[in-house]
Amino acid sequence: MASTQVNPTRMELTRQKKKLATATRGHKLLKDKRDELMRQFLELVRENKALREKVEEGLEAVNKNFVLARASSSDQALNTALLAPKQEVYLNADTRNVMSVEISVVTTSTRSADEGDIYSYGFAFTSGDLDDAVKSLQELLPDMLRLAEVEKSCQLMAAEIEKTRRRVNALEYVMIPDAQEKIRYITMKLDENERSTQIRLMKVKDMMLEEARQERLKEDYGTAG
Amino acid sequence: MYKIAVVGDYDSIYGFAALGLSVFPADDRETLCAVLRRLAESGYGVIYITESKAALVQDVIEEYRERRLPAVILIPGVSGNTGAGIAQVKKSVEQAVGSDIIFTD
Repeated sequence: MASTQVNPTRMELTRQKKKLATATRGHKLLKDKRDELMRQFLELVRENKALREKVEEGLEAVNKNFVLARASSSDQALNTALLAPKQEVYLNADTRNVMSVEISVVTTSTRSADEGDIYSYGFAFTSGDLDDAVKSLQELLPDMLRLAEVEKSCQLMAAEIEKTRRRVNALEYVMIPDAQEKIRYITMKLDENERSTQIRLMKVKDMMLEEARQERLKEDYGTAG
Repeated sequence: MYKIAVVGDYDSIYGFAALGLSVFPADDRETLCAVLRRLAESGYGVIYITESKAALVQDVIEEYRERRLPAVILIPGVSGNTGAGIAQVKKSVEQAVGSDIIFTD
């Protein structure tokens, strides 16, 4: 697979060996990262699934309550009742680093100290159904916020896992085999060169010996004759 | 300090106003796009959007998927559960694992 030509030199060999060492080390590290991310992701995604089912179920009930509330009081009364909310929810998002993925950890704070302070209307003009509906929604809110946090973390981690997996695969199936192939090619080439040099030397030596023999023969002949 | 927004058809979301979440009723694609973009740029940490409306602006939601904030979360509206919310979770699993191993049961 020596598709790209490399110089069969000792310097190149050292370079390729270094590259292989780095790639192997990187591969090991990334593989560990991927495994750990995957473990945490699976934990989180299970929670995500459970929360989502709970929230969707809860919201269905809440929506029913709101439909009832809407049916039993006039639109104007409802709109006025909810026009000026008393309560406000803020999010504080800190980041937590999970295997180099920055995920948010959300804490909430409300404007007034009493979290249950949610009825922004007098009870005179609205039906009791609205109170129930608002209350059931308020009870669901912590789960909804947790869902938002978990689901976002899952999305971010999924993206990171995908990226890491690609890198691991690229190292495992492209970079490392490529470097190994190049090292093999260079080693073989260098060995081949060495052998051919040796053969050449032997040949030269043979020729020189032959020459010396001829000379000696000639000399012997000369003295004899 | 981030705020929380709820986007969707008025009937599904007006109740959230009582809890102090900001509600943004929107019906057609253009308004939804504009609202989403404005919210994402102006300090909203979590945006809940009803599944039926989310279907209209899939591409915009996709854009925010890999950003740290805001978190765009699908919720069922009054018209019922379309399963789009669960599909998002499924998608994460598929992206990470390569195949769906959580929802096969």
